[in-house]
Amino acid sequence: MIQLEQVTKTYPKASRPSLDNVSVSIEKGEFVFFIGPSGSGKSTIIKMLLHEVTPNKGRVVVNGKDVTSMRSWKRPHFRRSIGCVFQDFRLLPNRTAYENVAFALEVIGKTKAVARRVVPEVLELVGLGGKEHRYPHELSGGEQQRVAVARAFVNRPLILLADEPTGNLDPDTSIEIMRLLDRINRTGTTVVMVTHDSNIVNQMRRRVIEIESGRIVRDQARGVYG
Amino acid sequence: MRMKYVLSEVLVGLWRNVTMTIAMIITLAVSLFMLGGSGLLYQKVGDMKDLYYENVEVSIFLKTDVNDQQIQDLGAKLKSDPLVKHVDYVNKEEAYKRFQEMFQDAPDLISAVKADSLPPSYRVKLNNPEQYKAIYDEYKTAEGIDTIVDQSKLLDKVFNVLTGIQNFALALAVVMAVAALLLVANTIQVAAYSKRREVAVMKLVGASNWFIQAPFVLEAVVAGLIGSILGLVALLGLKVFTSGGSMQAIEGLITPVSWTDILLMFPLMAGVGGLVSAITAWVTLRFYLRV
Repeated sequence: MIQLEQVTKTYPKASRPSLDNVSVSIEKGEFVFFIGPSGSGKSTIIKMLLHEVTPNKGRVVVNGKDVTSMRSWKRPHFRRSIGCVFQDFRLLPNRTAYENVAFALEVIGKTKAVARRVVPEVLELVGLGGKEHRYPHELSGGEQQRVAVARAFVNRPLILLADEPTGNLDPDTSIEIMRLLDRINRTGTTVVMVTHDSNIVNQMRRRVIEIESGRIVRDQARGVYG
Repeated sequence: MRMKYVLSEVLVGLWRNVTMTIAMIITLAVSLFMLGGSGLLYQKVGDMKDLYYENVEVSIFLKTDVNDQQIQDLGAKLKSDPLVKHVDYVNKEEAYKRFQEMFQDAPDLISAVKADSLPPSYRVKLNNPEQYKAIYDEYKTAEGIDTIVDQSKLLDKVFNVLTGIQNFALALAVVMAVAALLLVANTIQVAAYSKRREVAVMKLVGASNWFIQAPFVLEAVVAGLIGSILGLVALLGLKVFTSGGSMQAIEGLITPVSWTDILLMFPLMAGVGGLVSAITAWVTLRFYLRV
């Protein structure tokens, strides 16, 4: 599903590479944590999987598509198969929960009729039934992140990327979000999550890949934060 | 739905920053007005050149003491000259008659000139009026010739002035266009900034580039089209104000500009206005949104 083959990425003007000869293979349906200190290169991996940055060396293959050589005009279509969640939710403040999710569908060409059918379903799935017409500022942080997850999942992507999704949430809410991501993982979606949160990693007992200074220092099938 | 979305985004975009939009449209309108004006001038100067040079003559004035043999020799030579299209001989009586007609309002002048004092002349039309120099060189030394006068020399001066005006209008149009383009670029940047969250989400979920860019580019195109319509209105207004007024004196001289002429300028103005705005917006977005 996801292959990084001896990937090296050095940003311009950086003294050392953000990723240094990194090789990772992630199978379909896996749930993988990338952990490590700030600046270790975790976020660079997410950006690479989104074709936001391209490696200087090595090969990145996502969904059977070689991202390394992908032309930028193919990026939009490629991204439709990847859902994405961030620490800061990235919701549109002037749209309701329903409209935020529907927006993601409509801008990739789905009709309003499709949105009317699919959006309530996915909002129900993330546990926001009955709150469809609230604006982001009327929702708690956890609820806002649920909207973001709904938006990421509404297209039924093959891969869900989560960049510190619990970074802005309290521990209890974080665990609820993790349950949600776990449920999404059980539908067959590959989940790749970057995090600092040791509690969560320890509770989930999933594959853990630890990165330090751009190198993989640990890759454990049922790991803890360490 | 997508079309409706794009169109409503265009209107919202233009309205969100309405003072900038107005400034942009006015600058575009002035620039396109200048462009249309210089286009019309170009067309008219072309028409006038055709008309005037068609009738332009080289006058070969003969000496008053020229004899019949010389006149006939010269006439035969001119008629067989490949450069010459048509030759008219104007004898002394004919010259005096034309003189009387030309100055019929000034009887003093007519009475001061004797019928005998005007020189006979050949009025020569050339196949190509610009070959005057060849004619001049060929005949200046011929027997019995006094002076050779080329009317196109005078016309050249008139046309130089008109071409000068046209170039000035074009230069002004370009300067205004630069100002308009900067305003378009700025407006698009502001629009993109105010929609940065939407754009970020659209890029994230994989909206196609054209779909992200279309509202901004169309916003610029709509402004360009409104500007060209205002420019057209200004041109039409110029015709209304000048016809029948102070310009009447030279109306016989300059071929009149018809309503159709002005309306035919519109496709040029709208095309340039729309296309240039669209390209500016698109280039701005490439730098600003990096989509």
